[in-house]
Amino acid sequence: MAVIEQRPDLAVSARRVPIRPPVAPDEAAARRTLREQVAKLESELGALFCTAFPRTGFDWQVPSRGGPRVLSLVELEELRDQLADRLEHNRRVLGDRTYVEELNRRRIEEMVLEPERHKWMVIRNEDIGEPGCKSWHVRPRFGLLGMLLNWWRVRISSGCPLAGGRGRRP
Amino acid sequence: MIETPEIEEGWVAHDLAAEFPELRILHTAVEARSGRSPEAVRRRLRNLADRYTGGKAVTLRQQPVPWAYRVFFRQVGIDPDERRTPPEEIALERMRAGGFPSRNLLDDAILIATVETSVPLVAFDDEKLEGPLGLRLSEPGERLGGDGRPLSSRQVVIADAERSVGVLFADLAEGRGVHPRTRRIRIASIQVKGVPDVSVEEALWIIAEVLQGDAGEGAAPAGNAP
Repeated sequence: MAVIEQRPDLAVSARRVPIRPPVAPDEAAARRTLREQVAKLESELGALFCTAFPRTGFDWQVPSRGGPRVLSLVELEELRDQLADRLEHNRRVLGDRTYVEELNRRRIEEMVLEPERHKWMVIRNEDIGEPGCKSWHVRPRFGLLGMLLNWWRVRISSGCPLAGGRGRRP
Repeated sequence: MIETPEIEEGWVAHDLAAEFPELRILHTAVEARSGRSPEAVRRRLRNLADRYTGGKAVTLRQQPVPWAYRVFFRQVGIDPDERRTPPEEIALERMRAGGFPSRNLLDDAILIATVETSVPLVAFDDEKLEGPLGLRLSEPGERLGGDGRPLSSRQVVIADAERSVGVLFADLAEGRGVHPRTRRIRIASIQVKGVPDVSVEEALWIIAEVLQGDAGEGAAPAGNAP
């Protein structure tokens, strides 16, 4: 402030700087930009959805706004922010899941190599992010005898049970 | 004899066009009646269902045309995971039902055209429309169809020259849909940004072809009217 007082030319120019813009901001252009951002986020959410499938437990919903109608600037901003939050959250969840799945895949290999060190352990397909009902289960060979003699093996299930069961016994 | 459908472009109100410059409504009239679908249409539905796999349903949202409608749904304030876009709704129904069960000729024709092109379609009784179809925003205090349920302000509606006849991607006004006695069906398709002209035109061509292939005279009452 002291400097401006010493230089009167600067003080005058500082006073002339308009505080408010002379014209109203173009909201239509801002809305257009926000719609483009929404489109980009939707594209990324769609890609993430396909990557995450068949894993469950993700929340993909972003609340609707009573459409179809033209959304205001504020509503579009909120929508954009919620989409971005949803994308970030689901990416983080997927990242955590894939990390755990990778550990489980490694554990399956260890189970197969040294079953006696992973007694009774079960890993299912969903634990490694795969569809289906397959599971790897470390069980004793020959039941009680295997338990006593420390004979263990990995038993791999054959898949999902039939929807209608095996039917009536003949 | 199958007539070549004459595709007309509907009007879009200036305020709506300013927000969505690529939004268009195309429509055509078909001299046909709904009713029980002929065997050829049922066979086509079965063939379509066989081509529809779970993997295709999952990746649908990444394909350009279904994605374009998802984006438009978001932009007009609809959550496409809550109220699904027509191509996704069909995919989900296919997975639930294990096929495409035939309903009636009009619904089957709409389903076939939507599965083939991913473009949503809506049908009106042409004799109940006043003037050309178009898209506009609802006015304050307006009711759907003039005397139906109240519309919220600035809702996107399909309208004729007189009144709103349906909410976009939602319900139709009472009495404007297709009834068993409808003789002339007005089919409309909505084009949004990212959807090529050829997809929209093809959707109208397919539906006209299916409806005119066999109009299903003397069939069971059917239609899409509310």
